[in-house]
Amino acid sequence: MELRKSYFADQRKDDLHEIGQPRPRSDSPGHVTGKTAYFADRNFPGMLHLKMVRSPHHHARIRSIDTSEAEKHPGVVKVLTAKDVPHNVYTILILIQIGPEDETVLADGKVRWKGEAVVAVLAETERAAQEAAARVKVDYEVLPAVFDMDEALKPGAPIVNEYHGRNYYLYDSGECRKVRFGDVEAGFTGADHVLEQTYQSSPIEHAPTETTGCIVAPEGNGRFTCYTNTQAMFFTLDNASIILQMPGNKLHFVGGTVGGGFGGKVDVIVEPIAILGAKTTGRPVCFIYSREEEMQISSPRAAEKVVIKDGVMNDGRIVARKVTGYTDAGAYSRHSPYGAQKGAGHYPGPYTIPNVWIDTYCVYTNRTPSSAMRGFGVTIGDFALEVQMDKLARLIGMDPLEFRFINAYRDGDIKAHRQPTEGAALIECMQEASRAANWPVAEKFMAMSSYAKGV
Amino acid sequence: MAKVPVQFTLNGAEKAEFIDSGTTLLHALRDKIGDTSPKGGCHQGTCGACSVIIDGELRLSCLTLAETCNGATIATTTGLAEGGVLHPLQCAFLDAFATQCGFCTPGMIMAAKVLLDQTPNPSREDVVEALSGNICRCTGYEPIIQAVLSAARSNSQNAA
Ligand code: FES
Ligand code: FES
Repeated sequence: MELRKSYFADQRKDDLHEIGQPRPRSDSPGHVTGKTAYFADRNFPGMLHLKMVRSPHHHARIRSIDTSEAEKHPGVVKVLTAKDVPHNVYTILILIQIGPEDETVLADGKVRWKGEAVVAVLAETERAAQEAAARVKVDYEVLPAVFDMDEALKPGAPIVNEYHGRNYYLYDSGECRKVRFGDVEAGFTGADHVLEQTYQSSPIEHAPTETTGCIVAPEGNGRFTCYTNTQAMFFTLDNASIILQMPGNKLHFVGGTVGGGFGGKVDVIVEPIAILGAKTTGRPVCFIYSREEEMQISSPRAAEKVVIKDGVMNDGRIVARKVTGYTDAGAYSRHSPYGAQKGAGHYPGPYTIPNVWIDTYCVYTNRTPSSAMRGFGVTIGDFALEVQMDKLARLIGMDPLEFRFINAYRDGDIKAHRQPTEGAALIECMQEASRAANWPVAEKFMAMSSYAKGV
Repeated sequence: MAKVPVQFTLNGAEKAEFIDSGTTLLHALRDKIGDTSPKGGCHQGTCGACSVIIDGELRLSCLTLAETCNGATIATTTGLAEGGVLHPLQCAFLDAFATQCGFCTPGMIMAAKVLLDQTPNPSREDVVEALSGNICRCTGYEPIIQAVLSAARSNSQNAA
C-alpha cells in the first residue's frame, strides 16, 4: 500500500507512520492456536438448554397455549410463557427515547411474523428441550398477512403491529423523515432532463459463522453472569434490566470475541429470556441459535425500496433530486426507525444539489424483523444512487466519472440537511481511482480539490 | 440412558470417557474432554468449523459419532503447535492476515493440514478445493488461500 501524503499536506501534522505498515492483529495468535475463548467455550455443571416454540404463521391470534405435555416430558425443568416475563413488551431503542414499546419477548395473544418466539422450554439436554418444544400445543387463528411495503401502506391493509396502530413508524416529523432544501419542483421544471427510477433490495442475512447465543450462570448471591456474543453489551444489559425488572447491578455481562457479527448481533433477543430461565430454575442456562434459527429468525438487513427522481442539465449539473425511501422493518421496530432516519440524512449522496426533497418511511410488514447490518440505512441507498448516477451520465452522454466530479461535494458546501461539508475527500479519491483504474478524465478534473474552489 | 465407553488418542494423549450413545465427537471433545478448538457453526455438516483429523483424514466432528472413534488417533488445532513452537500453517495464517473473527480458523487449519500432508506442493486450485467445505464469513478467503500456499512454500524450503 502506498500513502500519498501530498494530499491535504497542510492539514496533517502527524507523520502517519503506522498507515500502510502491516501490523499483526493482537487476537490472531489465539485464533490460530484454537485458544481464543468464545462465549460457548464454557461448560457449567447442571447447565440447562433453552429451545423456543416458534410461530408457524406469519400473522395469527393465539387462542390458547397448552404446555402440559411439554412439562411432563422427561428432562424438562421449566416452561416459560408471556405471563412469566416481568416486562414482556419492549423495544430496544427505548433507551434513547425511541418508542413505543412494540415487541414481545414471548408472544402474548398474537404472533406477527413466522418464527416469532411463543414459548421457551428449558431441559437437561438440547434434545429433551427440542422434543418437549414439539409437544407444546398452540391454537392459532390465522389472520391475513402483508409482506409487501406498498401493500402495507394501502388503506385497509391488515394492521401488523397494534402498538403502532398503522403500518409505518410515526416520527415527530410525521409519517416519514423529511429533508427539504431549495425548491425541488422548480428544479425539475428548469432541468434539461428528468429521470425517475425505482430500486429495490431483498433482506440480507449476515450469516455469521458463530450463531447468536448466550450462557447465563446464577452466581448464588442474586446476581447473574451472562456470557454473550452480543455486539451491543450495554444496550443488552440495560434492556435486560427493563425486561426482567431487575436492577443493573444484579446483571453481570461478559463479552469477548464474537464469531462474526456484521451488525446481526446487536438486537436484544437471547439474553433476557435466558436470564429469566436461570432465575426461575436457579441453574445455568444455555440458549444458542441453531443454524436454521440464525438464518430464519435473526434480524436481516431490511428490504428497501428507493425511488429517485433527478433533474439534470446537459452540462452535467444535477439541479434537483427527490428521493422516497422505504425500509421494511418487518413486524417490529428494532433498529429500523433509526435506519430509515439515517437514509434521510444520507441522501442525496456525496453530491451538492441545490434542490432536494427526501422522504424516508419505516414500514411494518409480517416479515422477519430487520435490524442493523453494516451501514444499514445507507448501503442500499448508495447502490441505488450510484446506479442512478451512471444512468444520468448516459442520459446526457457524459463520462460517468467526469459527471461525478462536476457534482461532487466540497468543503463548505451546505448539504441538504444543512450541515456544512467538512473534510471532504471525494474528489481526491476519484482522482486516485481514475489513475488506478486507468480511466482518464479531463485535466481540469485532475486539477480539482475538495477544499479549493473553482475548476 | 446407558453410557458408552469411548477411548481414543487426542493430540498424542490417551482419552477415555463415558458418553451417551449418539453423542457427536464435537460434543464429546468440547463438553466432555474440554478441547474447544473445534467450533460448532451449524451442527449439520455445512460449515466446516468443527473439522478435525481422524486417522489422517479430514472429518466433520459434528457428523461423527464419538462411539465410532474407539481406538482412533484424533488431531485438533489445539495440538498443532509443538513445544510452544507454532506450526508453519499457524505462522502463515498470522502473517497473511488470514484470521478475523477466528471462528473458522481452527477448522480451516485442519483442512489445510490434511491437504499439505497429502499434497505438499499444492496448486491454488488444490487449496481452493481443499478448503471448499469450510465457510469463512469474514476474510473473503483470499488471505486464507495465500496463507496455505505460503505455508506450503516454507515447508518445501525447510525440506530442501
Ligand atoms: S459444525 Fe460441523 S460442519 Fe458446521
Ligand atoms: S475469520 Fe470469521 S469466519 Fe473466518
